[in-house]
Amino acid sequence: MYSSETTTYTGTRDYIANQTLMQTVNAAVALKRPLLIKGEPGTGKTMLAESIARGLDLDLYTWNIKSTTKAQDGLYVYDTVQRLFDSQFHDHDVSDISQYIKLGRLGEAFATEDKVVLLIDEIDKADLEFPNDLLWELDQMDFYIPETGETVRAKQRPIVVITSNAEKELPDAFLRRCVFHYIEFPGEQLMREIVDVHHPDLEDHLLDMALEAFYQMREVPGIQKKPSTSELLDWLQALVVGGIKPQDVSSRLPFLGVLLKKDRDVTTTVDHLRKRGLGQKTEHR
Amino acid sequence: MFSNFFFLLRAHGIPVSLLEWLNLIEALSLGMAQSSLLDFYSLARSILVKSEAYYDQYDQAFGEAFGGIETPAEIAEEVWEWLADPLETEGMDADENARLAEALTPEGLEDLRQRFEELLKEQKEAHNGGHQWIGTRGTSAFGHSGIHPGGMRVGGESGNRSAVKVAAERRYRGYRTDVTVGVRQFEVALRRLRRLTAKEDMPPDKLDLEGTIDATAGQAGMLSLVWTHERRNTVKVLLLMDAGGSMHTHSRLCSRLFTAVNRASHFKDLRTYYFHNCVYDHLYHDPTCHPRNSVSTAQVLQELTPDYKLVMVGDASMAPSELLARHGIIWWGSLNEEPGLEWLQRLRRHFTHSAWLNPIPEYRWDTIYGRETIELVSKVFPMYELTVDGLTAAVRKLLVKK
Repeated sequence: MYSSETTTYTGTRDYIANQTLMQTVNAAVALKRPLLIKGEPGTGKTMLAESIARGLDLDLYTWNIKSTTKAQDGLYVYDTVQRLFDSQFHDHDVSDISQYIKLGRLGEAFATEDKVVLLIDEIDKADLEFPNDLLWELDQMDFYIPETGETVRAKQRPIVVITSNAEKELPDAFLRRCVFHYIEFPGEQLMREIVDVHHPDLEDHLLDMALEAFYQMREVPGIQKKPSTSELLDWLQALVVGGIKPQDVSSRLPFLGVLLKKDRDVTTTVDHLRKRGLGQKTEHR
Repeated sequence: MFSNFFFLLRAHGIPVSLLEWLNLIEALSLGMAQSSLLDFYSLARSILVKSEAYYDQYDQAFGEAFGGIETPAEIAEEVWEWLADPLETEGMDADENARLAEALTPEGLEDLRQRFEELLKEQKEAHNGGHQWIGTRGTSAFGHSGIHPGGMRVGGESGNRSAVKVAAERRYRGYRTDVTVGVRQFEVALRRLRRLTAKEDMPPDKLDLEGTIDATAGQAGMLSLVWTHERRNTVKVLLLMDAGGSMHTHSRLCSRLFTAVNRASHFKDLRTYYFHNCVYDHLYHDPTCHPRNSVSTAQVLQELTPDYKLVMVGDASMAPSELLARHGIIWWGSLNEEPGLEWLQRLRRHFTHSAWLNPIPEYRWDTIYGRETIELVSKVFPMYELTVDGLTAAVRKLLVKK
């Protein structure tokens, strides 16, 4: 049996994972493959890594990828300028190069004594070839530092979680090595469970009204940025703090700016919902 | 064993490699599917399929491969298990226990199965009503909340989840975007379209490491920083796309190219205009080619310096008059004083580098409708077919002088 007490992920209290997702996580761990998570923004891709770390009681190393990130940055940086600088004052022994080698997040995750979870967040932000540059390191879990002649090898194979927003296509060679899961946008039932984790004391009626309005908004055709889970949670918070009555939620659509971040989306949504009898402020006053 | 599944997946166009297949075998030998078809369904999907765009094809292939395997025995086993486990039935009253016992006689079991299947069918339609399976609390491990809006999740660790049914629902049809497949190859081809040059009119802002080391060594260890200009891509692109009627059949291919070009962030500037069959006095801002949303071609030529790389995309198939005759334009409302060919030649003369991408495969250029105009246009512009290879060749052409 592959499962043992320490390596089976079963979700955590603050993160609702469905059966398939848990199974995929465990498959990735057992197969020693990176887990590639894709999904709409706000479906909890990053939070999954946090939850895995908490669920398995491991440290989490996060490597946030930006458009300028190079694969090398994750391994190590050789601070030559510091070394040159130090060489002018004779208080350092500059012949010891290893003190100028700074490990990146990937390097740190390899070098640490304990098993960790390594999150490579939003890998698609980086250059097109970036994932390919990491193939060897993620496969073999080691890399070589020519400056010191040293090889950094993972003492304990980290659990690698990679998230992607599908802004760029990832290379096939990279994909072949991953275990893949697409997080769908949660349906209403699952959404209730998620909301319950974050706002346990929420009034049922308010939630009903808010969810109804929320899912209707997501269905509005031509909307550029659909509101996501995190925006719904913020919105609910705003509704509670603002003391909005449940019956006013669909008629007044308060704090719409929390859900919709683009002017055009607000107008399209309000127009569209009016036709369906929602958001008609004037009628209800 | 079930390698036909592998070939079925490939037949459905999912790029499954041998490496991934071996991974699946490894996972299975570790016992990860727990002898359940549904677990196998999701396990195999997570290992073999790497984009939600293929989930739909996967569902279809899965249905074909395992369509015959509906296992009623699975249900019976589950029920026996519950019965054997007193904790499970503790919450039930005597009446329910009796009903359960009755249900587990061979005849009753068949009945139960039927009711179960009926419920299963209902469940497909109704979204949230998963709480009342079979009607007894003790056996309600059957369902609640659902792994998906279709509502077939069966709570906890057990249950009758029919993987084939999940697959048969084909919930991922919406994610199937054949367009995304292939964009990457275009992107990679477009990346070659660059010319790195250092901008001398800006202050140098990048540390020249080699230079610094040399200079420092030259001063016997006194640090001397050397700065240099960062090399930037100077390639500017003018993309003109045909949005005419005959292009509809190629729209998918063209939108792939369009996506790739737009994603390519490495161009210094990218302009896109549309034309209808051939370029005349006006270019259009959007594919509808409405005069209201147009700009004069002469103005574009005036505005854009000759170092823009001109990329024309079109099938070049039209009536010869559209290309050769004065007033040959296909639109009734407007009249062109000069034949289209003149305009094409003007464009060609203005820009030092240009190429024409034709979505019609090259081997059909001399047989297809519009072969006369294809021939005429290809005399003006170097013409390539719109494939990854064609694009690569075009990019190479765009980097050298005429």
